Amino acid sequence: MRHLLIIATLLLATSAQAETPRDFLTRFEKEAGATSSAERGARFFNSKHGDEWSCASCHTEQPTHTGRHAKTNKAIKPLAPAVNAERFTDTARVDKWFRRNCNDTLNRACSAQEKADVIAWLLTLK
Amino acid sequence: MRIHSISSIAALLAALALPAQADNYRVPGNTIVNEECGSCHMVFPPQMLHADSWRAMMSDLPNHFGSDASLDEQRRIAITDFLVAHSGGRKTGVTRDAKGKPLLRISETTRFIKKHREISPAVWKRASIKSAANCSACHTRAAAGDYDDDSIRIPK
Ligand code: HEC
Ligand code: HEC
Ligand code: HEC
Repeated sequence: MRHLLIIATLLLATSAQAETPRDFLTRFEKEAGATSSAERGARFFNSKHGDEWSCASCHTEQPTHTGRHAKTNKAIKPLAPAVNAERFTDTARVDKWFRRNCNDTLNRACSAQEKADVIAWLLTLK
Repeated sequence: MRIHSISSIAALLAALALPAQADNYRVPGNTIVNEECGSCHMVFPPQMLHADSWRAMMSDLPNHFGSDASLDEQRRIAITDFLVAHSGGRKTGVTRDAKGKPLLRISETTRFIKKHREISPAVWKRASIKSAANCSACHTRAAAGDYDDDSIRIPK
């Protein structure tokens, strides 16, 4: 009973925060205090940073395509907003996955600059 | 209280209507669990682990089998409640390793090992399978909770 209530509350709470990929780009550029570079974003996304994985290990070097989780093999829908309208529309989801995936690939959080660069690059993909 | 009695009636009707095989391990529908525990792999059946195992796993999500699966506290608690409520309890057999720690993997439980003893180590490592945790590679109806023999196809 208690967990039913918690779940109902959470469902209500999560439906309210629609945003656009541009909003996130602006937010991270502002946090970084600098403009983004799509070219730098591409390099960051496709390189390893001392750990076993790059972002491309799961999202492929062409994130307009379906990816595959490097460990579990599960399919991952494309990251590029042009082919997947759900991407970069929910603050909680974006922050959660940057936190987890940066930790798994870099052993640290991504900087605001790195996040802005990645989004800038993803927005160039058609 | 009302929600509770409606859901128990629904559960009772479902139990009467279904021949209780084929989907023994169906995961009870839950949006948050599907979203949070089904993003990196299929949602594993809560029935296949003891409550102690779920509690241990859910208390260390930042170090989840080599991945960061960290969650906000509200969701972490809601999901723990769900997994514990549907856990397999003592039916899961041995629930702890030799050092007394709860087993965290379904694929480490004695029950799993017994059911899969005829599969050779080379098969688990095939590129099409990768890991014993990739249940749906072989159990084509795993997503529906069906692990029966007639839906198994081992990929090349
Ligand atoms: C080990 C596999 C893996 C790696 C490596 C990985 N990701 Fe992900 N990523 C996922 C999965 C799984 C999801 C969630 C499933 C989904 O949303 O389809 C996800 C989701 C995301 C999202 C969520 C976007 C949204 O709005 O839905 C972003 C952003 C993201 N990843 C960025 C990155 C970046 C940047 C890197 C490199 C620093 C990276 N990922 C590395 C597996 C990975
Ligand atoms: C960020 C990605 C990610 C998320 C989110 C995630 N997992 Fe996992 N999980 C993994 C990885 C990676 C493995 C190891 C897979 C392997 O060894 O093939 C794993 C393994 C497991 C296993 C062991 C499977 C076995 O029997 O070998 C269980 C059980 C499990 N996860 C449950 C959960 C639950 C419950 C949740 C939701 C709270 C969850 N996972 C969320 C990545 C994730
Ligand atoms: C390499 C393929 C493969 C993978 C991966 C696999 N299994 Fe199986 N599984 C089998 C085979 C084959 C059998 C049947 C064994 C027999 O009947 O002798 C089986 C049997 C079972 C059974 C018993 C079914 C019955 O009718 O008694 C269960 C339950 C089960 N598997 C669960 C799982 C779960 C859960 C996972 C993932 C954590 C998993 N399996 C991963 C191949 C696989």
